Amino acid sequence: MKKIVLMVATALTTLFTAGTSVAAESRDYIYIVGSSTVYPFATVVAEKFGRSTKFKTPKIESTGSGGGLKLFCSGKGAKHPDVTNASRRIKQSEVEKCAKNGIKDIVEVLIGYDGIVMANAKGASSFSLSRKDIYMALAKMVPGKDGKLVANPNKTWKDVNSALPNTKIEVLGPPPSSGTRDAFNELALEGGARKFKDINTLRGLKDGDELKALMAKLGVSSKIYEQIKAKKGKVSGKDIVKVIGRSMREDGHYVEAGENDNLIVQKLVANPNALGIFGFSFLDENRDKVQGTVIDAISPEFETIADGSYPVSRPLYFYAKKAHVGVIPGMKEYLGAFVSKKAMGEDGYLVDKGMIPLGSSEYKAVKAAVEGLIPLKL
Amino acid sequence: MTNKVREQVKSTLAKRYAAERRFRLFGLVSVMIGLAFLCLMMFTIISKGLPAFTQSYIQLSVNFDLEELEISDVNNEEAVQYADYDSVLKQALYDAFPDVSGRKAKKQFRRFLSSGAGYRVSKQVANNLDWFNTTQDIWVLAGDEVNLFMKGYIRADMPENERQLNDQQMAWLATLKEEGKLKKRFNTAFFQYGDSREPELAGILGALKGSLLTVFVTLLLSFPIGVAAAVYLEEFAPSNWFSDVIEVNINNLAAVPSIVYGLLGLAIFINFFELPRSAPLVGGLVLTLMTLPTIIISSRSALKAVPPSIREAALGLGASKMQVVFHHVVPLAMPGMLTGTIIGMAQALGETAPLLMIGMVAFVVEVPQGITDPATVLPVQIFLWADSPERGFEEKTAAAIMVLLVFLITMNSLAVYLRKQFERRW
Repeated sequence: MKKIVLMVATALTTLFTAGTSVAAESRDYIYIVGSSTVYPFATVVAEKFGRSTKFKTPKIESTGSGGGLKLFCSGKGAKHPDVTNASRRIKQSEVEKCAKNGIKDIVEVLIGYDGIVMANAKGASSFSLSRKDIYMALAKMVPGKDGKLVANPNKTWKDVNSALPNTKIEVLGPPPSSGTRDAFNELALEGGARKFKDINTLRGLKDGDELKALMAKLGVSSKIYEQIKAKKGKVSGKDIVKVIGRSMREDGHYVEAGENDNLIVQKLVANPNALGIFGFSFLDENRDKVQGTVIDAISPEFETIADGSYPVSRPLYFYAKKAHVGVIPGMKEYLGAFVSKKAMGEDGYLVDKGMIPLGSSEYKAVKAAVEGLIPLKL
Repeated sequence: MTNKVREQVKSTLAKRYAAERRFRLFGLVSVMIGLAFLCLMMFTIISKGLPAFTQSYIQLSVNFDLEELEISDVNNEEAVQYADYDSVLKQALYDAFPDVSGRKAKKQFRRFLSSGAGYRVSKQVANNLDWFNTTQDIWVLAGDEVNLFMKGYIRADMPENERQLNDQQMAWLATLKEEGKLKKRFNTAFFQYGDSREPELAGILGALKGSLLTVFVTLLLSFPIGVAAAVYLEEFAPSNWFSDVIEVNINNLAAVPSIVYGLLGLAIFINFFELPRSAPLVGGLVLTLMTLPTIIISSRSALKAVPPSIREAALGLGASKMQVVFHHVVPLAMPGMLTGTIIGMAQALGETAPLLMIGMVAFVVEVPQGITDPATVLPVQIFLWADSPERGFEEKTAAAIMVLLVFLITMNSLAVYLRKQFERRW
C-alpha cells in the first residue's frame, strides 16, 4: 500500500515539475492563433516553413479573429501567442488593450482577399441577385410599401423581386460567431440596405432633429436609439444603420448551419432549393457540386474578386509582435516566408489554396513593411 | 371449481402466449434496427476510409546532379536535407514527356507532384548518399488531384469545367497509368507523419500519439485517485451529512457538460499554474477531472457488490479494518473498478469539447515527443480534417475514424481481458 501511495505521489510531482519547468522556459516554436478563415492559408505557410528550414513547425490554433486578438493582446512573453490571424482589421480598442499589456509595436500584414459567395446545388437553376435582393430576402427589418420598416414579410424569392423564381427563401449560412457571417452582414446585407435612399441618407447623419425625423419616417423604433445611447454614450446615423442593415432575420428563412462549410455544401446538394453562404475556396473546391450565385451582375470568380469588382470580399490580415522577433526562434524567417513571392505572389501557393492575391503595388508596400518591421499606426 | 380455473387458464393461454411472442418480436426488431444502423455506419465509414490507406505515386527517372541541387559537400547533412529536390523532380517529370514544350504547357504539370514530394525524397536521399550524380528510378508522391483521379473521384465523363484536371492533363495521366508509371501503393506515410494541409501528406501519427499520451496521463492520475476516493467513501467514511453532501456532489459532477471542465482547466492549469497550452499534460489533467466522478461511482458500486459475509469472516478471524479492505474487498471489487475506469478512459478518448478551451484544437505538424509538447488528439484531428476544403480530406476523415475505432476496440478488449484475469467467484 505504501508503495502505491509513494508511486502516485512521485508521478504527480514529476508531472507538475515537468510542466512548470517547460512553461518557465522560452518556446522554441512559433505560436499562432486567430481567424478560422486565415487558418487554411497560415497552416500551409507554417507547414512549408517547418519543412524547408531548421526551425520547428509553428503551432496554429483556430480561435476566430476576435478570440485571437484577445489572446494576442493579453501580454508579452513566451506564454502568449506571437502572431494572430484576422479576417478583419484590428480595432482601436484592441490596439489600446495591447498597449496596456505592454505590446507597443505590432506589425500588420495584409496578406490577400477572400470572397464570400452564395451558391446552390449544381443542376438547379442558378441565381442572379442584387445586394438589394439579398437585403430584402434576409434582413430582419425591411422597408414596407409605405417606406416604413416592417418585420421582413418576404416568403419566396418572387416576393423579393418578381424576376426571381417562386421558391421559398431558404439560406444556409454560418452562425453569428463566425467572421464570414460578420463580413456577409456588413458587405451584402448592409450594402443592400444602403441602396434605399432614406437608409443611405440616415447613415450620413449625426445625432439631432434631422436624424430623429428620418428615424420617424422610416419607422425605426426609439428603442434602438436608446440602446446605442446607453452603450456608446452618443448616437450617429451610422450606428443605427448598422443595427438595421446587419440584423439577420430569425424566422426560419435563414438557417444557421454551423461553422463547417463542408457541411453546408453537403446540405445544398441534398436540398436543391436552398442557397448557402461560405468562403470562395469552398466554392472553388466543389465546382462539381455547387454553382456560385451572381451578385450585382458579377459572378464569383478568381479574377472578379482579385480586381475588386465582386462586391462581397474582405481583406485578410495577420499581426505579429515586434518584441518577439529575435526572442522566439524563426519569427523573422516566418514573416519573410509568408510575404515571399512563392507564397503570397500572384502565382504563389496560397493562391492555389483559394486566396485572392494583392495587387502588385499593394504587395510591394506590404513586403517593405514586413522587411523593415514597421509598426502599425491606426 | 378447479374445472373453472382450468377453463379460464385455457381460454387466456393463447392470448398470453401471443403477448409473449409479440414482446420477443419487438425486442428482436429493436436489436435488428440497432444493428442495421451500426452496419450502415460501419459500412459508410469503411467504404469511405479504405481508399485513404493507399496513395498514388508516379515513377520518375530522377537525376540527382550535385550541381543542379547546389550541394557542394555531400557530408554536410544540412545542405543535403534542405537542397531543392522539387526542381529536379519537376525536371524529371518534364523529361518523361519529351514532346511537351513551352512554359504554358509545362505549367499544366504543376500539381502532378505533391508539394511535399521533394521533402519525402530528401529523407530517402539522406539514407542513400550514393544516389548523387546518378539517375535513379524512384516512386514520387503524386499530388491530390492525381490521387483523386486514380481513385475515380475525377472521371473523364465529367464535364471539363467541373473537374480539377483538364482534358490534356487527364490524357497525360492516362498515358502514365498505361505505362505502369502511375500506381497506388500502401500509404505507410499515413502512420509515420503528423498533420498536414495537403491531404496526400497528412498522417495520423501525431494525433494518435497525442491521444496515447493524454490518455496515459489521465489513467495515471484518475485511477489511483478515483479508487482511493471510492474506497474511503465506501469503507471508512463515517455516515453523516458531510458524506452525503460529497456523494450528491459526485453524482452531480458526473452529469456536468464536459466543456465546463475545459473552462476550469483553462483557469487553473493554464492561467494559474502556467502549464503550457495545447499539451497532453493539461489535456490529461482536464480529462482526469472529467472522468473522476465516473470512476468513483462505478468503483463504489463494485465495492458495494462484495458480499458483507466476506468482510465479517475476515473481521472474525482477527483482521484489522485495513487488512479486510485491502486483502479481501478491493481485490474482489477490482474487475468492476477496472470496467469503470476503462469506460471513463473511452469517454476521455472521444472527448473534444474541453480540449478546445486548453488549445488542443490546433494545427500541429510535429509528432509530440513528450507530455509537454504541443499535440492534438484523434477526435480533434477528425474534426479538423472534416472542416478542410480539400476533397482529399474526406477519405482521411473516415480513415481517422477507423483508427479511433480500432484504438477504442483495443482498449475495450484489454478491459475484458483484465477483468477475466482478476475475476473471482464467491
